[in-house]
This record gives sequence, structure tokens and C-alpha cells, in this order.
Amino acid sequence: MSQSLVAERIQADITGNPVMLYMKGTAMFPQCGFSARVVQILSHLNVPFKTANVLEDPELRDGIKAFSNWPTVPQLYVKGEFVGGCDIITEMYQTGELSTLLAEQGIPHSVAA
Amino acid sequence: MAMSAGAIENLIKTAIPDARVTVEDLAGDGDHYAATVVSEQFRGMSRLKQHQMIYAALQGRMGGELHALALQTSAPE
Repeated sequence: MSQSLVAERIQADITGNPVMLYMKGTAMFPQCGFSARVVQILSHLNVPFKTANVLEDPELRDGIKAFSNWPTVPQLYVKGEFVGGCDIITEMYQTGELSTLLAEQGIPHSVAA
Repeated sequence: MAMSAGAIENLIKTAIPDARVTVEDLAGDGDHYAATVVSEQFRGMSRLKQHQMIYAALQGRMGGELHALALQTSAPE
């Protein structure tokens, strides 16, 4: 698959899924601590999300980095917009900004206790 | 392949001269670091842009030579 086809596929995924997480492993079996942390945060907030496992697909692994101009995985997209990697998501969760963003985007979630 | 904490600090300071940089080797393996960077240049910038600036300073080593770098960035209080 060419790079533009990968980019098209990513564009379709992030457009079709309000919360899309590119990660190493799956939500059930994350294969990297950073990916695991983002899954944990989204699960804790009861956010419905879809994941793509970059370890199963070398083209996606390179493609997602080029797509966002961001060198690492995980990468979280909300309503088609790149939000950030693990550190940014963690900070946004801790400050409540993640809940605010989800609310603004009309994505159902529970507010963390 | 590994990088030293000093090398990471130098790259960041070269790109962002006013930055106060702390680099911690998390696992002692020269591969998993945490960096705190405080710079006036970050003021008014989104976290995403702040982290992008650090990644640019690392000149493509992030995700390759440098496996894991936990980042915390901020403007001075």
C-alpha cells in the first residue's frame, strides 16, 4: 500500500470513529505501557473508542507518524483531530481538560470521580 | 541503540536556548527517559505544539534511536 493509501485509510478511520486510538497492541492486551495508560484513561471515563494496532501493520505504524507528524504511538484522535500522545492525554485527564474536550465534542463519557 | 541523558539535554538546549531541562533515566537502560522542559517560548502554545517543538529539537531521534521519552513541558510560573 502506498503512503497516500495509508493516509486515506487513516482519514476514513478518524472520520468514522469519534474516538480513535492508534496503539501498540489491543485495548484488551496493550503491548506498551504508554498505550496501556491511554486505554486505562479512556476506559475509566467510559468513553466508547476504537483502536488500531500498529504492531500488526508496519505500513500503518509508519503512516500514522507521517500523518500527524508525531514520532510516537499511542496517538489519540477525537472527531478527526489529533489530540496527543500519552503524556498529553495523561495531563489533560488530570486537569479535567479531557472531559471538557469530550463534552464539547458531544462524546458520551462519565466524569471521573 | 541508546542515548545519554546529556545528549538529550544538549539537543533541547541547542534548539531552545532559554530552556531549563531536567532529564531522568527512568530504567537505567539509556532508553527510557523522562524530561521536564520549562521555557518562556512555550507561553501561549498548546501542549501539542510544545511537545512538537521538543521532538523537532531531537531531530528525528524520537521513536527511533530514542525509544521512550516522557515529556512534561511548561512556561515558567
